[in-house]
Amino acid sequence: MADPLAVLLAARGDAVLESHERLGDATAVVDPVELVAVMRFLRDSDGLDFEMLTDLTGVDYLGREPRFEVVYHLYSVKHNHRLRIVVRLPEDAPEVDSLVEVWPSADWMEREAWDMYGIRFRNHGDLRRLLLYEEFEGHPLRKDYPKERRQPLIGPRN
Amino acid sequence: MDHLTYRRPETGEDDLQKDLHTEHQILNMGPSHPATHGTVKFLIELDGETIISLDVQVGYLHRGFEKECEAGTWYQAIPYTDRLNYNSAILANIGYCLAVEKLLELDTPERCQWLRVLAGELSRLADHLTRCGATCLELQAMTPFLYGIEARELSWDLMEILCGARVTSNYVRIGGVKHGMPSSFPAICRENFEKIRKLLADFDEMVTSNRIFVDRLKGTGILSREDCLRYAVTGPLLRAAGVPLDVRKQEPYLTYDEIDFDIPIGEVGDNYDRYLVCVEEMHQSMRIVEQCLAKLEALGPGPVDVLDPRVRWPAKGRVFNQMEELIQQFKSVTEGPRVPAGEGYLAIESANGELGFYLVSDGSAVPHKVRCRPPSLINLAPLHLMVKGGLLGDLIPTFDLLNMIGGECDR
Repeated sequence: MADPLAVLLAARGDAVLESHERLGDATAVVDPVELVAVMRFLRDSDGLDFEMLTDLTGVDYLGREPRFEVVYHLYSVKHNHRLRIVVRLPEDAPEVDSLVEVWPSADWMEREAWDMYGIRFRNHGDLRRLLLYEEFEGHPLRKDYPKERRQPLIGPRN
Repeated sequence: MDHLTYRRPETGEDDLQKDLHTEHQILNMGPSHPATHGTVKFLIELDGETIISLDVQVGYLHRGFEKECEAGTWYQAIPYTDRLNYNSAILANIGYCLAVEKLLELDTPERCQWLRVLAGELSRLADHLTRCGATCLELQAMTPFLYGIEARELSWDLMEILCGARVTSNYVRIGGVKHGMPSSFPAICRENFEKIRKLLADFDEMVTSNRIFVDRLKGTGILSREDCLRYAVTGPLLRAAGVPLDVRKQEPYLTYDEIDFDIPIGEVGDNYDRYLVCVEEMHQSMRIVEQCLAKLEALGPGPVDVLDPRVRWPAKGRVFNQMEELIQQFKSVTEGPRVPAGEGYLAIESANGELGFYLVSDGSAVPHKVRCRPPSLINLAPLHLMVKGGLLGDLIPTFDLLNMIGGECDR
């Protein structure tokens, strides 16, 4: 069984900005421009076969630039191995290409990341809020969103 | 009026077979509907009784789990995890604590690990009993539901003896469990299992080969193996589609590598397969619990917590008599453990599938990020594929066998 991180570094080392295996979690920080190509490579190459995008979430590192991270957890049922892919996005334009075309499971998880962090996913097609309502102001999991903040009341929708 | 002609309507074979399409109708179901278990809204486009498209709208139970976790200490998040999947609260406890222990690079004592497995499997049993019982309820069969609930009460009674609470038990701690097993527990557990097995046998007799039950579940809500993988569906749904994937086997955590148990799989991935997989998993859970009991009896009483000063709470007797222990107790309560900076993802097999926790620490006593990978939400996303082209009536049992739990789905 090949080490997925080593295979990725050998084949697409140009797109990987940083990598580590701290706490046993193989992680690669990938150039956002190359994200979809790297993900397609990870899904389709023999020996990697990441059939599943298990998890997708955002992280806000307020005060750091690039401020946002989108963290993808991949899993291969065939080989029973995992890989974490991270893209870093700037504060003024947190935007990255959508992975709905690669794994449909990205659909709802990207909607949730948009909802909670205000990260835009290009070519998603249906980027509505997932858990909150459309009239909600702001993105609550951002570190500069105070926990106690109240939302304006909205009237009934007709 | 010369003559009156009366044209007989054509009633040939062809005519009877002809589909009677109606104008498409949009139906709003929920968010407050008895069959939606908690609150979820379906926007259904119907052609007669056939579902053309479905939009599932979730979030009505969102209460900011992740935001709340980022405001308290690492310890204060544990009771919130109880309230994710309230059918099997301990499994979320275990997942979260294991993830924190991963960041702390902490190993728990053997006795604690066996206790966690035991408590977790009792939860899984209760969860599956609810799911299978409620499926019958959705099909208008009240009696089997009551048999399932009676069995669940027996497993919750066990939970109460072990943890002190029935539902949101808050039993697991970082680096240990709340307390060990009472000496009377193994005997009561075996006795209750005997009763649960009898109830399951009755349940089986009533339901499994019941004509109505089989007709309603067989061939409905199918999700193929490929679609399961594309949508990252895990748990009994994936196993029903024939993929023997179980985190307990693939990446054994706690003491699952020392336990003898089997993973049931289905063939086509319809509702009936899901039901059969869940029933078999209940028997496997009881098998696991019995092995835990034997092991714990052999180990005897002893410590169930690590002795690591970062997470250990000193014994009460010493707190009252020694200055250092008093200070440590004060620090543990007011501040909680500091977790080294870093990130970690840890997955366990919950009753619904892979329950993952992705934690980020900045080295302080407050989590920077607590992400719960909710199997309820991710398994719900391909519901439109399962029911498309099916009848409206089949949406309800399909949704029930998904076992979407609002608390975990919406967080």
